[in-house]
Amino acid sequence: LGTGAFALVLILIVVGIAVLLADQSILSIQKFGLNFWRTSTWDPVAGDFGALPFIWGTLYSSILALLIATPVALGIAVFISELCPDRLRQPLVFLTELLAAIPSIVYGLWGIFVLVPAVRALETSLPDALRHTPLFSGPPLGIGMLSAGLVLAVMVTPFTASVSREVLKAVPAAQREAAYALGATRFEAIRAALYFARTGIVGAIMLGFGRALGETMAVTMVIGNNPRVSLSLLAPQYTMAAVIANEFSEAANQLYLSALVEIGLVLFIITLIVNSLSRLLIWSMTRSSGIAFEAEPDTGPEPDLGEAPA
Amino acid sequence: MTGLRLRKVASSLFVAFCAFSVILALIPLALIFFFVISQGILALNLNFFVHMPTPVGEPGGGMANAIVGTLILTALAALMAVPIGVVSGVYMSEYGGTRFAAAVRFAADTLNGVPSIVIGMFAYGVVVLPFKQFSAIAGGFALGIMMIPIIARTTEELLLLVPGSLREGALALGASRARAVFSVVVPAAAPGIVTGVVLALARIAGETAPLLFTSFNNRFFTIRLNQPISSLTVQVFTYAISPYADWHRQAWAGALVLVTIVLICSLLARLATHRLERMHAH
Repeated sequence: LGTGAFALVLILIVVGIAVLLADQSILSIQKFGLNFWRTSTWDPVAGDFGALPFIWGTLYSSILALLIATPVALGIAVFISELCPDRLRQPLVFLTELLAAIPSIVYGLWGIFVLVPAVRALETSLPDALRHTPLFSGPPLGIGMLSAGLVLAVMVTPFTASVSREVLKAVPAAQREAAYALGATRFEAIRAALYFARTGIVGAIMLGFGRALGETMAVTMVIGNNPRVSLSLLAPQYTMAAVIANEFSEAANQLYLSALVEIGLVLFIITLIVNSLSRLLIWSMTRSSGIAFEAEPDTGPEPDLGEAPA
Repeated sequence: MTGLRLRKVASSLFVAFCAFSVILALIPLALIFFFVISQGILALNLNFFVHMPTPVGEPGGGMANAIVGTLILTALAALMAVPIGVVSGVYMSEYGGTRFAAAVRFAADTLNGVPSIVIGMFAYGVVVLPFKQFSAIAGGFALGIMMIPIIARTTEELLLLVPGSLREGALALGASRARAVFSVVVPAAAPGIVTGVVLALARIAGETAPLLFTSFNNRFFTIRLNQPISSLTVQVFTYAISPYADWHRQAWAGALVLVTIVLICSLLARLATHRLERMHAH
């Protein structure tokens, strides 16, 4: 049972992260309290810290990414698991997962030199009527919320797609066959399958959300790093991860450091909640269908994994 | 009949949308590869691998120090993560029923989802602060922490694929449980575990965020573990956000090297898992 000691290390690390972050942020928590998250002055020189713009930017960019990525990711999952010819399946899975394997820094580099100029061109060509709405106000810089949302969308798509695919796989075949037998079109049968798998799909979307919240490098490089709260997609903004990446090694005094660690602590807590919830949803979906699988005659009994007596 | 036609049209539209999504996702992939290769190749030559970075304006130069730095950092990470990861994976699969094992699994999944920048802060607090020094060790520690849950979960999954009869056979021959696990079950899954480690290495070799304030960066060549050390990713970052065209070219070349590493590892892993799956199918 010595292996248990090694396994314990895993738990200790997670607890350690929480304790260390909490401990290091005490100074900032005591000084600013809840106002830390309600004010938006970020003035390291004067020692005045408010983190509203960062949490705003993190949530805004992640939600934007989800809005773009979710339909595409579900489309991919459905195409790969339900529609595409068998021969195409493996290569497509490989290619979409390659998208997840590309390092964040490469996305960032590509974002700066390819995506941002393209977004700038797009923003410049927006019709005037749109430019006067709050969503598109401000100068078309290219760098800003829209670019960040797009890069994030590309980055989270493979995660949402691959989990959705797994979840769709867990929908019993009988469910689809029943729909077809009732005269459903392909769309209607798949819609029914998606509905059946809805818990797991919500889990897959949340998993993507969790990824987007914590993504650092690519966002830092294209979002513009300007601490302000703005609805505009064109405005340069800032995120929690980005401010840590940019300022942590330069934080000159204890309070500054502590304020940054508090941002890290909250980022840790938010991603922890989102990820746990997502896993719970996916797990409850695949588990309940696992029971359905056993009722299927042709899948055969589960292999005996050898619960050997001690 | 118009109702039916409408439904058929809706169905075709849906199928078209799904196919279109796949294309939509492959476009950025193709674009990234196109630019990384076409831009990266311009600055990629032998000098890139054997020379040191040059000051702004001086042509030539390379990332020899960063390449060595990345090798050192990933080696340190592997040194720390492989034993812990593999053994916890073994624990989760072989003693998996207990509440403690569930807690370990939860911890592994949680750690997997922690943003890499937060891992960097943790490493800063644990290694950098006490020694008052950015160092290769701190960077390796941060990367190692990221690697542990990946290796642990892969090991667990692969061990669960090993047929129960193997375990039972070993136990029937009088082996103790630990003996059965480490002499029979783990070797049976070893090729897969190695694949998992390679994949994990590929993933952390591309990490930047946890290195920014642990291993920091270093303009000079060093292999001293208690000194700040350069890495490909941080170097690419520094060059990418600089205003100099020379440095931008170097950044693309660095990106090309990174993507090549990732691609080769993914392909190797893919081939290995294919072979494993076929072995298990027989």
